Amino acid sequence: MALAGSDAPDTVKILIAGGFGVGKTTMVGSVSEIVPLRTEEPLTTAGLDVDDLDGIEQKRSTTVALDFGRITIADDLVLYLFGTPGQQRFWFMWNDLALGALGAVVLVDVRRPRSSFAAIDFFERRDIPFVVAANGFHGEHPYPVEDIREALALPEAVPVLLCDARERASCRDVLIALIDLLIAEAAPVGR
Amino acid sequence: MSGGDPAGRLVRPFTLTGGRTRPSRADFTLITTVTAVDPQPETLTRPQPEHTRILRQCAEPVAVAELAARLDLPVSVVVILLCDLLEAGRITVRPPCPVTRTTPDLNLLQKVRDGLGRL
Ligand SMILES: Nc1nc2c(ncn2[C@@H]2O[C@H](COP(=O)(O)OP(=O)(O)O)[C@@H](O)[C@H]2O)c(=O)[nH]1
Ligand SMILES: [Mg+2]
Repeated sequence: MALAGSDAPDTVKILIAGGFGVGKTTMVGSVSEIVPLRTEEPLTTAGLDVDDLDGIEQKRSTTVALDFGRITIADDLVLYLFGTPGQQRFWFMWNDLALGALGAVVLVDVRRPRSSFAAIDFFERRDIPFVVAANGFHGEHPYPVEDIREALALPEAVPVLLCDARERASCRDVLIALIDLLIAEAAPVGR
Repeated sequence: MSGGDPAGRLVRPFTLTGGRTRPSRADFTLITTVTAVDPQPETLTRPQPEHTRILRQCAEPVAVAELAARLDLPVSVVVILLCDLLEAGRITVRPPCPVTRTTPDLNLLQKVRDGLGRL
């Protein structure tokens, strides 16, 4: 009865993660065919214990915002990009977001790489494929890729790229790098 | 976004669900696509106004997250209302492409890559 409307497209998603202010929303907006959309989720329904709300200013933080964009890949396939809520205390939402995702992009601001450690840990622990993209604020990339890899203690298997979150082509290349990683992992040759 | 009364905004949406805060079924993810059945089944009970609002927004297939953003409602609220509509036979549901690490879909990945390459 409730089987798919035959004209409904298939959907897949990729997460754009990283610390607060690293450029997640900017990146989503750069490649999305729509202005990034936003929903606000009440925290109470998200499975938080009351204890977890300790230290959160309740009046100000009763919702967590989620923004996302869309790329129509083909008539019958749509890719969604979800910017993960930056703060670590919203990790309970990341679990839901990560479920069924193709993989993730972790954006890093090289001036303060620590802010993206938590995101890297999250995907590493759950064995979710990801690439790391250093967002060059003011278009500058003061550190070479090798230094960034070392500072973040990333294994060779994790691609590290330089990007400009404001540039569509640059963001597209980051997404392609992620898909290439997935294809390389999936292909029987080269294992 | 929350205006002067964030607490009020927190409570409001769930009045639309009759106080329910949990969905009755697990069919809906953020990128599950929903489409209104056309023509709508004839029933004795008319859909509630908020259900009608949703049906209008999904005359064409739309993903749950997009629907929530358009309606300016939390996803958690929209999902509860979608459960009602699914149970009433008023919408069809298309789940997202299954993604598994153990059996990756190379054709799907290649298709995504090709699509991105055209951007
Ligand atoms: N100059 C410059 N500013 C950027 C760049 N990327 C993001 N920004 C700015 O940095 C701020 C934070 O970016 P945003 O995308 O909102 O970060 P988010 O918190 O990760 O979503 C915004 O004011 C952006 O306009 C960049 O590559 N260069
Ligand atoms: Mg943001």
